[in-house]
Amino acid sequence: MIRDTTIAAKLWITAVWVLVGFFVLNLLAMITTVIFSSFATRWLGTWLPAGWTTKWYFTAWTEFQLGDVLLVTFQIVFAVVALSGILGVTAAYALARRDFPGKKLVMLLFLLPLLVPPITFGIPLATVLYQAGVGGTFWGVVLANLVPTVPFVILVMIPFIEQIDPKIEAAARVFGAGTFQLFIHVLLPMLLPGILAALLLVLVRTVAMFELTFLTAGPTSQTLVVALYYSVFASGVRAVQSIDAMAVVYMITTLVWLLIALRFVNPTQIVARAKHQQTAA
Amino acid sequence: MASITASSSPSEYRLPLRQRLAVRGIDGVTLLVLPAFLFLLAVFVYPFIYGLVLSFTPKEGGLFGNYQKFFSDPFLYDTILTTLWLAVPVTIISIAIAIPVALRVRLLKHQRLLTTILVLPVTLGTVLVAEGLLNYLGPQGWFSRTLIQFGMIDRPLKLTNNYWGVFASLIITGFPFTFLLTLSYVSGIDPALEQAAATHGASSWQRFRHVMLPLLVPGLAIAFCLSFVQAFAVFPSAVLLGAPAGPTRVISIAAYQAAFEQYDYSMASAIAMIMAAVQLLIVVAILVIRNMFYRGSTAGGKG
Repeated sequence: MIRDTTIAAKLWITAVWVLVGFFVLNLLAMITTVIFSSFATRWLGTWLPAGWTTKWYFTAWTEFQLGDVLLVTFQIVFAVVALSGILGVTAAYALARRDFPGKKLVMLLFLLPLLVPPITFGIPLATVLYQAGVGGTFWGVVLANLVPTVPFVILVMIPFIEQIDPKIEAAARVFGAGTFQLFIHVLLPMLLPGILAALLLVLVRTVAMFELTFLTAGPTSQTLVVALYYSVFASGVRAVQSIDAMAVVYMITTLVWLLIALRFVNPTQIVARAKHQQTAA
Repeated sequence: MASITASSSPSEYRLPLRQRLAVRGIDGVTLLVLPAFLFLLAVFVYPFIYGLVLSFTPKEGGLFGNYQKFFSDPFLYDTILTTLWLAVPVTIISIAIAIPVALRVRLLKHQRLLTTILVLPVTLGTVLVAEGLLNYLGPQGWFSRTLIQFGMIDRPLKLTNNYWGVFASLIITGFPFTFLLTLSYVSGIDPALEQAAATHGASSWQRFRHVMLPLLVPGLAIAFCLSFVQAFAVFPSAVLLGAPAGPTRVISIAAYQAAFEQYDYSMASAIAMIMAAVQLLIVVAILVIRNMFYRGSTAGGKG
């Protein structure tokens, strides 16, 4: 550990921490504003609201049909999680265990949907989905959301699978296990922490995925984040507090899963996909 | 499924072709990659090619009708500049702040709390950040109120429904993203390298300039590309927090309007392709610059 004892170094270190503190302070104040506002009777021109109430949550629940929206959100999210788990884990197993001609090309195909921003591929994708007749439906939204999540599961799972010794699988084979038995009794229990982490991250990302859902959702297939967008977009029609109440409901649905996910993964893993990319390529 | 089960144990069959394939790494296990591969061909590659072809069959005009229209109408081609004018400063500022902060945070024993707080805006997404900032940065919000309280300004700053609102939202979601990426690169550099430099009497600036920075450049280039591409695709906050008719009419708004307001999918695809091309151009430029720097191991070792 290197210790810098010059005054300039100390000033520099202080400046860095002040900057971080300023950022975190603004971030937390922004979140607090939303929470306070959602419980405010009236909040105009003062530091704190005039009084506190929970009525906006009931208003928001009926006005925005939050019950229906939440139900649709969870149906979509769980469909995406299940399908990306099945498609992603099988593909990751093949990629972790075999070297075959064209593997780099296949890896590139799995990287691109994570690197290209959703809005760029979302518009042609939505066009195709609408022409195929699934645009605006439940399955259209699920299909669109699977585009980035399947590669995400693959890239997260490859290192997990690589660290399992192939000799264990060979031993199971020697004792006469079929592929299915091998998977259920040997691989699945060992991969479970990795699968759980990957799927929780998929869950958080799908709840928060705005662009793809926005471009493909119809009136009955809106998720919470899209409903929130529309209500902010049309703000002025509804009370600010009831929009904020909806924002709080959205924050809670996202953060609960994030906190569970963070028990299994490091926060840097949520964004640091480029590292996997470098080791994989 | 039956064929996969059977072919995954090639030793039972002794078919020459199967063995030859197995030697090259193709057997039942390899075939497990097919479902995901075909799926992405269908929902990622096919729509992209479809969009590319569609963009060359405009509603009116010749093969390049859409592209001619885009580059002759300032209302359309200006969106590229508008978007770059947001995305480039945001990316540069995020990277410039992320480097010193990551170099400090790396030395912390308990990084977890800070990284957890910083992962919040990335997770919550741009819609929620836009909604929060509308309150927080608004004329009655705490931000202006605090500045007035300290006597730094007389009247509330106008920070929403203009360039600065979108700028702030991009920094709030973009900086943590850039920082967490940078942190993962910085943590990958063996501390022994810097210690060796310190032992030989290098000052902290010299250590950064001649040891850390050259090792970080490849990672920073990737972080720059990813952050830039994210910022360039700004959409919800440009609509909610910005002035979507004027100063923050970014390229994704133009694409969205073409597709869902004018129902001109051909034009929308053309704009999406232009968007992808600009992103690609910047990414390639960054990677070319990166290749001029040192590439190699960030791990310490004998040598």
